[in-house]
Amino acid sequence: MTISPSSIEQVIPGQGAMAQPSAAPGRAKRRRFRFVANAKAATGLVILGVYCLFAVIGPWVAPYDPDARSADVLQAPSARHWFGTTHLGQDIFSQILVGARSVMVVGLLAGVLATILSILIGVTAGYIGGVPDEGLSALSNVFLVIPALPLIIIVTSIVEQASDTLVALIIGLTSWAWGARVLRAQTLSLRRRDYVEAARATGERTWRIILFEILPNLTAIIASGFVGTVIFAVMSEITLAFIGISSISSWNWGTILFWAQGQQALAQGAWWWFVPAGLAIALLGTALALINFGIDEFVSPRLRSAGKTRIRTADGRTVRMRVGFTPVLAPASRPVPAPREEVAP
Amino acid sequence: MRFLLQRTAFYLFTAWAAITLNFFIPRLVPGDPVQSLISRNQGRISADAIESLRVLFGLDSNENIWEQYLDYWGQLLHGDLGLSFTFFPTPVSTVIGDSLPWTVGLVGITTIISFLLGTALGVGAGWRRGSWVDGLLPATTFLSSIPYFWLGLVAIAVFTGPGSFFPSSGGYEAGLVPAFDGYFIPSAIKHSVLPAATILVSSMSGWILSMRNMMVTVSSEDYITVAHAKGLSERRVALSYAARNALLPNVSGFALSLGFIVGGTLLVEIVFSYPGLGYQLFQAVGYKDYPLMQGIFLIITISVLVANLLADVAYLLLDPRTRKS
Repeated sequence: MTISPSSIEQVIPGQGAMAQPSAAPGRAKRRRFRFVANAKAATGLVILGVYCLFAVIGPWVAPYDPDARSADVLQAPSARHWFGTTHLGQDIFSQILVGARSVMVVGLLAGVLATILSILIGVTAGYIGGVPDEGLSALSNVFLVIPALPLIIIVTSIVEQASDTLVALIIGLTSWAWGARVLRAQTLSLRRRDYVEAARATGERTWRIILFEILPNLTAIIASGFVGTVIFAVMSEITLAFIGISSISSWNWGTILFWAQGQQALAQGAWWWFVPAGLAIALLGTALALINFGIDEFVSPRLRSAGKTRIRTADGRTVRMRVGFTPVLAPASRPVPAPREEVAP
Repeated sequence: MRFLLQRTAFYLFTAWAAITLNFFIPRLVPGDPVQSLISRNQGRISADAIESLRVLFGLDSNENIWEQYLDYWGQLLHGDLGLSFTFFPTPVSTVIGDSLPWTVGLVGITTIISFLLGTALGVGAGWRRGSWVDGLLPATTFLSSIPYFWLGLVAIAVFTGPGSFFPSSGGYEAGLVPAFDGYFIPSAIKHSVLPAATILVSSMSGWILSMRNMMVTVSSEDYITVAHAKGLSERRVALSYAARNALLPNVSGFALSLGFIVGGTLLVEIVFSYPGLGYQLFQAVGYKDYPLMQGIFLIITISVLVANLLADVAYLLLDPRTRKS
């Protein structure tokens, strides 16, 4: 439920480790898929792809109608009902498949909306500066500090039976602030770079500088902010459905948990009623978080958990490599006394 | 000092924004919420109460919006948040006063423990980058992706039941009267173990990760190399040099994400029927109890602002640079 603070923001100030024009023109083609080569990002993307696939085909491949009642009341998972059945004999596997679409649509829609808002507000504030910057920064800080979820709950509860689109709108309009803050900080540091100054000196228009000089260098941050917002949006939507505020007539994983909770699934020992939905949510969240780590590590290589750090030297000792150090691997014939803490006994 | 004044001014501004937002939200409610309340409680509401509710919802057409706004502030400064629909005719302030200690006790304490514990573990994980600890990171990712309330459901299913030590709901045993005595306190602690553990497990991993990443970033700085070269003990370099500097962004991150965390933890109360603000909010939503919802939102926001101010003071103590300017 929390948005884990991205390390990107913390790397920004003055480090210049990121957003530097990386690829030489001739090698651009080879480097294009480097991001996918990161194991974490690749795993996340594959899982996300599977979810997207089910969001599209879910309602067609579902073995039963998720609303259809049957005589198999509260059955444990079996060959006929993979995830068991509810108190009305509805097939839970079908409900999960059908619910995937609503979850993904709300998550992506809210993510896109919040990302657009954060770009508009964050980049404008960072690039223009002065009074507009003060105002926009104050606005995003206010939205950041006000607890979003209670606000979303209250606003949604005003509307009778809120639809998916409306829920996505409400979430998107309340969750752009984090991205705007990060984007503003990075735009501030980009604004005074030489190539931007050069573009300004040659008389490029402001919108052109922002679109073609600044924005491409913000891609990683925008992507990471988008993924973070999607996580938050999915969690919020499921929460709203779970406490029964948004429409309970359409299926999403929160609705399943809502019925499970309401029908005392716990007391009846019907674990299959709420475990699959929760795992589906957690797996989606993990996939998105993995993509975000991939972006973080892609941007700031120090964060990679780089392979082996214990290295055996020629004379049989082991040395632990550490960031910022270059251990001297002395030849066996002339051992150099290494600092004590670096040598394993 | 200047830094603190600036922050305080900002929090006052935010509080004003939240209160203004709170003023406008009920005016967006379609139809006449008071009418629906009256029809639900046929004949049980006095004419006076109806009139005061109409003022609260801005249904009093004799006043323009500006006068309504001033009236609202006047009510608020008197601590009058209206009457709760759910517990009619109890004032909202009483309902909130009853449930606030529970939330502060559960959510407040566990959030601080989770931050401290997560940060400490993150220091370890960041300093030992490349060891087996890195292998645990994906597991923490998974844990932090689980919705708090679902973890609570699983905890109830696994740990509670007939004959189990852990109770599955409530804040204390039925029949006890809230008081600081030998019967009530142990019962309250017993009831809070599972919710607290749920919050800890799912909120801690965020802190571990961000602290680990900061440690990794900091430990390649030159001053760390210098500290090593001076021959300081590893422990001293890790804690006094690296961790102290890595902590700063984590503290400001803590302040900023409090709003998100509190929102999530309120759900744990719902699952455990814990008598705090989150559970009250849940009930208020069920009964369309707008005054109670607004009051809870206001109290949560103000608590988060106060917590933010405290985090800023902590930042001030940790970072000498802010004191100098």
